[in-house]
Amino acid sequence: MSDTFLGMPAFPQAARVALHNTTLRANLRHATHTIRAKRAQAVAELSDWEQLRDAGRQIKDHTLRHLDRYLIQLEQAVTESGGTVHWAVDADDANRIVADLVKATGESEVVKVKSMATQEIGLNEALAAEGITAYETDLAELIVQLGDDRPSHILVPAIHRNRAEIRAIFTSEMAAWGRAAPDGLTDSPGDLAEAARLHLREKFLRARVAISGANFMVAETGTLVVVESEGNGRMCLTLPRTLISVVGVEKVVPTWRDLEVFLQTLPRLSTAERMNPYTSMWTGTVDGDGPQDFHLVLLDNGRTDVLADAVGRQALRCIRCSACLNVCPVYERAGGHAYGSVYPGPIGAILTPQLRGTTSAIDASLPFASSLCGACYEVCPVAIDIPEVLVHLRERVVDQSGAGHRTESIAMAAVSWALRHPSVLATAERLATTTRALHPRRPPGVRAWTAGRELPELPAQSFRDWWKENHR
Amino acid sequence: MRVALFVTCVNDALFPATGIATVTLLERLGVTVDFPAAQTCCGQPQFNSGYRRAAEGLVRHTARAFAAYEYVVTPSGSCAAMVREQYPRLGETSLPKRTYELTEFLVDVLHITDVGAYFPHTVTYHPSCHGLRTLGLGDRPRRLLHAVKGLELRELPGADECCGFGGTFAVKNADVSVAMGQDKVRSAVSTRADVLCAADNSCLTHLGGLIRRQQEPLRPLHIAEILSATEQHPYLPAELTR
Ligand code: SF4
Repeated sequence: MSDTFLGMPAFPQAARVALHNTTLRANLRHATHTIRAKRAQAVAELSDWEQLRDAGRQIKDHTLRHLDRYLIQLEQAVTESGGTVHWAVDADDANRIVADLVKATGESEVVKVKSMATQEIGLNEALAAEGITAYETDLAELIVQLGDDRPSHILVPAIHRNRAEIRAIFTSEMAAWGRAAPDGLTDSPGDLAEAARLHLREKFLRARVAISGANFMVAETGTLVVVESEGNGRMCLTLPRTLISVVGVEKVVPTWRDLEVFLQTLPRLSTAERMNPYTSMWTGTVDGDGPQDFHLVLLDNGRTDVLADAVGRQALRCIRCSACLNVCPVYERAGGHAYGSVYPGPIGAILTPQLRGTTSAIDASLPFASSLCGACYEVCPVAIDIPEVLVHLRERVVDQSGAGHRTESIAMAAVSWALRHPSVLATAERLATTTRALHPRRPPGVRAWTAGRELPELPAQSFRDWWKENHR
Repeated sequence: MRVALFVTCVNDALFPATGIATVTLLERLGVTVDFPAAQTCCGQPQFNSGYRRAAEGLVRHTARAFAAYEYVVTPSGSCAAMVREQYPRLGETSLPKRTYELTEFLVDVLHITDVGAYFPHTVTYHPSCHGLRTLGLGDRPRRLLHAVKGLELRELPGADECCGFGGTFAVKNADVSVAMGQDKVRSAVSTRADVLCAADNSCLTHLGGLIRRQQEPLRPLHIAEILSATEQHPYLPAELTR
């Protein structure tokens, strides 16, 4: 199999590096298996899980079908309750809007609630270029930021780190960002959390501007919802004077009532909790209580292109619970960084190539980064048929393929032709079996297979020939 | 009852013993087996690799080959899943309704769980993903194995995790594929069973290749070969060694 085979380059190479990192593999295996077991238990408690899953799927599909209507309704409701809505067509647009809003406050620091959308658009880097420092306040995001690292999981961005590594990062890096880690810091979870708490408390009390994303936006009321575990979100959403929320357009739901479904499924699927510790909801601004200035930046950044694809659009149903990452055998071995995007794992493999296109090596390789085992589809709370979208995107990559991929196309066409002509197939099989003593042990074309495995031995006779001899 | 055997291209070329065992088993249970010689491949490798048009040609070809049969039985969970789940999306709606994976046919159509087999070995069963999740075979294969005289079934830890084969995934992402397979083999070896059984030879090609490379004391074996063995005609390792 030559290197021109589709999907060969980027993901496989990044994954190989990760596979050789034994600490990373152990960290990931431990973490994903623990979450996996807990999630299964939390879901098993629900007698109406299948109905909730179906309701989640239908609510999202309905909303996406009428997205234009619900976004306008949302804009109206937010505006009426004292907020300002901005429309951002892409990452640059969104980053510029946010930077301008922060600059208008005269501040040069912001605190951040964990948000995938702002990761996606590279907001922290864009703000830094404008002289504005963004402080991540989610514990795992803090670990990533202090470690000058990249997130490797949607929900647990530092899942690739163990306690000893976190202790080392805190000890060496915290001082440069604010309050230093306490002397004699141990790697006990309690100690590490306390160090983060002390470090972050300063930031919460000082910050005048906060930036968040949102898990849901309710069109009928203009309410935004952030679901979290640590309470850092609640601090950011209530203490600062100005709040800027950057949210993907697909996060809207029509009614308050629709939250009933997702607030049951999201915590169980993500952190395996019956209910998450903090659910913050806000509607515009209220005099003398909470942020007095609220801006909602509605982000497209490729989402309407995804919406135009009849098969691929189901990826927009995603509520970012990360259950698909936690059950994915490929993610478990390759780690999140191999996916080359803030969206790793199965959902990343179908979302990234749709948002960014399939022209770069990494993006074209993502649809192939799956054994199509279906574990992701089975757990997904909004029933995204990830294997179906993967295959669909493989077709897109094959169809766009240039000269580099011609070898595979020609081979595929030849094999398919032979398979439509059973007599040709029988002859080929006979030729292969009669010459089997002559076959080299490692024909160069199957290097990828034989690097870790033996080839199957060819039998003396095909089934077809056995049948002819014995059954006619 | 008359059925058509859809042996699948992998079994035809690489694992004829599985096809022979399927015929032996079905005939022992009073079923008349035909082998429509026009059959080749279900088109799954093409479809899953993104070659939809090539797959569509094979879908039409396969549908024609089995047009005359009310029951089409195949000893492969993943080919059965391809026909059942993907054929309707590729324009073929009749064959999916008539296609049965072997263990499904035995349990649901023939209503048999004790096929009268004899296999005096310890066995652990790997439920391949497409059988498990797409077809929903559930405990059918394990019920069949459980009823086999002399057979001791050992539970496979992490049974529902993918073995890492995944068709072209096995070569396009060979490193991850091998890592997944090694974990599966490790867990099978931990059961100390003699045999690693599955209802899909594609998984067993991959796992068998790892077992032989690592020289593990474990024999990969398709479920049809276990179910076809009897006290009169026991399974003879020497005869079918691969
Ligand atoms: S694709 Fe489904 S399982 Fe994966 S993160 Fe999104 S909602 Fe969760």
